[in-house]
Amino acid sequence: MSEGIIQPDQPEEIEGEGKDLFSKFDDIIALREGLLSSGQEDPFNLVMEKVLSPTRAICNGRDTILLGTYNYMGMTFDPDVVEAGKQALADFGSGTTGSRVLNGTYQGHKEVEQALMDFYAMDHAMVFSTGYQANLGIISTIAGKGDYIVLDIDSHASIWDGCAMGNAEVVPFKHNDIEAMEKRLKRIPEGAGKLVVLEGVYSMLGDIAPLKEMVAVAKKYGAMVLVDEAHSMGFIGENGRGVVEQAGVIDDVDFIIGTFSKSVGTVGGFCVSNHPKFEIMRLVCRPYVFTASLPPSVVATAETSIRKLMHGSNKRAHLWENSKTLHKGLKELGFQLGTEEPQSAIIAVIMPDLEKGAAMWEALIKGGLYVNLARPPATPANMTLLRCSLCAEHSEEEVGEILSIFEQAGKAVGII
Amino acid sequence: MDRTAVDAKIRELAEPFNKKGVTITEETTFANDLEFDSLTVMDFVAEIEDEFDIIISMNQQAEIENYGQLVDAVTKLQAD
Repeated sequence: MSEGIIQPDQPEEIEGEGKDLFSKFDDIIALREGLLSSGQEDPFNLVMEKVLSPTRAICNGRDTILLGTYNYMGMTFDPDVVEAGKQALADFGSGTTGSRVLNGTYQGHKEVEQALMDFYAMDHAMVFSTGYQANLGIISTIAGKGDYIVLDIDSHASIWDGCAMGNAEVVPFKHNDIEAMEKRLKRIPEGAGKLVVLEGVYSMLGDIAPLKEMVAVAKKYGAMVLVDEAHSMGFIGENGRGVVEQAGVIDDVDFIIGTFSKSVGTVGGFCVSNHPKFEIMRLVCRPYVFTASLPPSVVATAETSIRKLMHGSNKRAHLWENSKTLHKGLKELGFQLGTEEPQSAIIAVIMPDLEKGAAMWEALIKGGLYVNLARPPATPANMTLLRCSLCAEHSEEEVGEILSIFEQAGKAVGII
Repeated sequence: MDRTAVDAKIRELAEPFNKKGVTITEETTFANDLEFDSLTVMDFVAEIEDEFDIIISMNQQAEIENYGQLVDAVTKLQAD
């Protein structure tokens, strides 16, 4: 079944000039105009005029606590990280102007890949220009015609787009449902290649996957396993290697996908693997080949940050404390949350509908707190969510302040 | 199972998802006539897959717009 193409009741067609290709966006334009016409501050057009620290910025003119940045480990202003970037900028210039396979591999790119191999204790690491491209590239390249990709229905857009870009058969299963996953694996024709795609932490609700069971099932049916650990790197698992480490299955997964734009604090994506033939990816993976490599300053900051994250156990412990305190506090205030217990550094507050959610977002931002407003179709079960992501640099006092802003806003909007 | 039997079974499975009680013909479309959103599609497809012990991949789903095409596809898949 294809989803209906969104079209207005009466498409506007100007005779002789062809159809306006933008008419397909009329519904979403109307939705947005309806929301903003009430004087609502635009949740998708926020400008940070000044960034004071990993947890503070001047947003739309107001001093704001940042609680929606995925800057989990607060590395963005780490003096060593900033210094490494400055040095690389001075030594290697502002950009590589080329592909990794041509003129775009500098010393720094090899060094950041070595840092990843050390961090994950794996044989191979391949750095992409963004996390989105890492999923897009690896998934579309390894699963080809006649192969099957079995994936969680709540997978990130980059995973879906990787599936769409390749030629494999795409078979989704119900979120975190081990039995539904197994049923689908069982029905795949004998001899077909199988790739199971999972995420450690699902970013919408902040829940984690039952990886111990799921990876075992995938292996039972001879599938290769790819796990996206974008939202767990640096603080879940004893060495911060993610939910795969926490679940004790890191040696059974074939590929881990990650990003530099969350805990690492810059931009870029990667895949690490122990597959003996992994290096061939560098020549056959189009989103790796046909784009310019990351600037030298970015790979230098990433390398420094990754190496510091290896020794970040105190920060990790503080981040977990923050997550627990915020989760408990919001629950006590009467908010409905995405998970019963805090499972990650993401806490999703479920809103009754988009209007209330937008009003709540506005009340929070006016109170000095930034969170992400997430709405359908990016959310599971068409929920409207206020997604909070904590940082290891949030102080205990800031978490208290966050709770009091939530309390005031929730009462003003009439949610609690 | 022949096409008539597959048709009867799918009609039965579709009933709880057909909230507005639309009369289902071969030409009834899922997106427009039945107004299925992506989540409904997933649940409905999972019911059919479990009933017939088949896989209807997203690629195959993209080719199916109306009820008749679904019955054709399932009849073929469960016979293979």
